Amino acid sequence: MLEIKGLRSAYGRIEVLKGVTLHVETGEVVALVGSNGAGKTTLLRALSGVQPITGGEILFNGEPIHRLPPHRRVDRGITQSPEGRQVFGPLTVEDNLRLGAYRRSDKDIGSDRDRVFTMFPILAEKRHLLAGGLSGGQQQMLAIGRALMGRPKLLLLDEPSLGLSPLLVDQILDAIVSLRKDGITVLLVEQNASAALAIADRGYVLETGKVAYTGAGSALLADPQVKAAYLGIE
Amino acid sequence: MAEFLQFLISGLTVGAVYALVALGFTLIYNASGVVNFAQGEFVMLGGMVTVFVSAAGVPLPLAALIAVCVAVVIGLLLHRFAIEPARGASAVTLIIITIGASILLRGIAQIVFDKQFHKLPSFSGDTPVDIFGAAVQPQSFWVLGGAAVVVLGLYAFLERTVLGKAVLATAANRLAARLVGINTTTIMALAFGGSAAIGAIAGILVTPITLTSYDVGTLLALKGFAAAMLGGMGNPLGAVVGGLLIGLLEAFGAGYLSSTYKDAFAFLVILVVLFAAPQGLFGRRAVERV
Repeated sequence: MLEIKGLRSAYGRIEVLKGVTLHVETGEVVALVGSNGAGKTTLLRALSGVQPITGGEILFNGEPIHRLPPHRRVDRGITQSPEGRQVFGPLTVEDNLRLGAYRRSDKDIGSDRDRVFTMFPILAEKRHLLAGGLSGGQQQMLAIGRALMGRPKLLLLDEPSLGLSPLLVDQILDAIVSLRKDGITVLLVEQNASAALAIADRGYVLETGKVAYTGAGSALLADPQVKAAYLGIE
Repeated sequence: MAEFLQFLISGLTVGAVYALVALGFTLIYNASGVVNFAQGEFVMLGGMVTVFVSAAGVPLPLAALIAVCVAVVIGLLLHRFAIEPARGASAVTLIIITIGASILLRGIAQIVFDKQFHKLPSFSGDTPVDIFGAAVQPQSFWVLGGAAVVVLGLYAFLERTVLGKAVLATAANRLAARLVGINTTTIMALAFGGSAAIGAIAGILVTPITLTSYDVGTLLALKGFAAAMLGGMGNPLGAVVGGLLIGLLEAFGAGYLSSTYKDAFAFLVILVVLFAAPQGLFGRRAVERV
């Protein structure tokens, strides 16, 4: 479904992605783990088209998309729940969800919104409140819900568990697992590597802008080198 | 009492114009973070184009429509050829670009039109209406009514349409707006076009009262800017309230103190706001939870 070949990206003169090659197959949950500054967020932003790339290519269903502007990539079926949630604070929960479906004009927007409400009932309760006033966990649910409103084929999730209580982390992870049942392919970036690899089919470990390790989620979890370097387990 | 009422109405009238100019500032500022100092030139274009087109024999309503269209085209060109190529530049750079655009537009207006003052006939005659002893020009009602229609229309657009909400979303979080598929370049163009239209409408409505010339934009932009600052930059409600307050301040100041200092009040307001409450009356304080 998604194929990234030799992707490079830089902030000014500092190269953050130094030739990343990876692929995601339809129906998979793929985790992208690695330490701070490894380039995980940059990679997701480059996939959505909000971070310029300096080399390499991105193929989506076999077609190159790396020259398309962000809204055309949303049209193709790639949406993102960004790092730090980035909800539209001065707008209501409902408006945030509606804007997630900004590129759509079909009649199912209302029923898709209700599905998000079923998935995260707290959002239904707070539908008329401003998103800026929600708690961190509720904003995270809203950010994921907003990305789902775009009817993604490929959902990019950037640090969905950051700063949340363990209980909420479990709830978010359960939600991600349930997405797979709906046929949505997920590329998940996490600092919480052990949790991410536990629910992922496959994983990639990113190290200073390059893929250092790759394999099945369970295999990476068991790999002594990955354990020592990224999971904080001896 | 009659005197007070007289000042009140003339203050509200001129304040409504400042409010429209301030709304123009707000719309562009929200969509792009740019303070557009060429905003006053849109007001000038509205008045001047109407004057010259109607002098060529075109009926006034049509001339006014043409003037709004000219201003919108200039606004779009300003965005496309001056702001868009400088995307990513610092706020100061962008402000200097708009100041440059303002000088350029004034220069062109001086050549295309002339350096004289011009008047438009009042839309509904010049017979003053007596309201509790105050003599009110019928054009004042046009200004107040027109401003009210623009404000309500803009409010309905921003609150009731998905495109309007996309403008608010772009203002709130540009990155997230792009991620949900909002084409932020289009939104910016829309803001420049919309601001130009609002400015031009203000210029057309007020020209029968205040006259117009190629350089009326400068002072109006500064007063409108003061109004936007007073209300809290980026807040549409604040822009309207700020505009009306500055208009009232000017009218009462000129009436009860001295008309010599009429124009000084707006600048006094800028200074007081900057020193005492930089976020303005309705400015958003950063209270978002993280």
